[in-house]
Amino acid sequence: MEELFRISYPVAAADYVNAGKASTDIKRRLKQLGVGGDVLRRVAVASYEVELNLVIHSMGGELTLTVFPDEAQLVSADVGPGIPDVDMAMREGFSTANDEARSLGFGAGMGLPNMKRNADDFSITSELGKGTTISMSFKLAQ
Amino acid sequence: MKVSELTALIGAKNLTTEIAEDKEILCGYACDLLSWVMAHGEEGMAWVTVQTHMNVIAVASLAEMACVVLPEGITMDEEILAKANSEGLSVLSSPMTAYEICGKLFACGIPAHV
Repeated sequence: MEELFRISYPVAAADYVNAGKASTDIKRRLKQLGVGGDVLRRVAVASYEVELNLVIHSMGGELTLTVFPDEAQLVSADVGPGIPDVDMAMREGFSTANDEARSLGFGAGMGLPNMKRNADDFSITSELGKGTTISMSFKLAQ
Repeated sequence: MKVSELTALIGAKNLTTEIAEDKEILCGYACDLLSWVMAHGEEGMAWVTVQTHMNVIAVASLAEMACVVLPEGITMDEEILAKANSEGLSVLSSPMTAYEICGKLFACGIPAHV
């Protein structure tokens, strides 16, 4: 399938001031490409969650949006620290967020389950000491 | 109910004066855990929260909410309000508590979900 558009955003660890900028830009660009309604909202929610996960939990990483005629793909790849127990991390209500994140209202343990709920396809792989990769895809209306 | 009608209903001050208060409020919500709101936020929502940092604007605008309502006279910093103005998101500050604001919204028939 022909790739229409691709853009990557570096996301810094613990940068709460700029958190949300990548997702806001992703939403704006998809809107420009004619994506709207429920799918735009789901991509916006999932991209914000994954961006905040990079800010809260990773040592830094990159969020990449790739748009095809019938699908949008979001891939988040970080440089560590990796998730010791992915099954546990996927549980609603489980969070390892630190006090700074919690004081801002994060750390409810809803991030990963919320991504899975909003994406049409969701996968996560993680290796301790290496990093975590989250891939999501969203079907676009023709 | 339009945002302007809610402003009058709860005796609020509109902190985002650069944008029209003409969005339609479809549902209401009160929560201070942002990741919880991200999971449950809906389009057209009037969201009552005591959180006042930049991520409130990101969450509300990404979920296409109608407005953010700050209870008990809380305000936001100018740079946060500038961001809300640029995103077209109304921010209201009411002297009422979150409980009273939600009670008023509920009594006017605003539901919890769209």
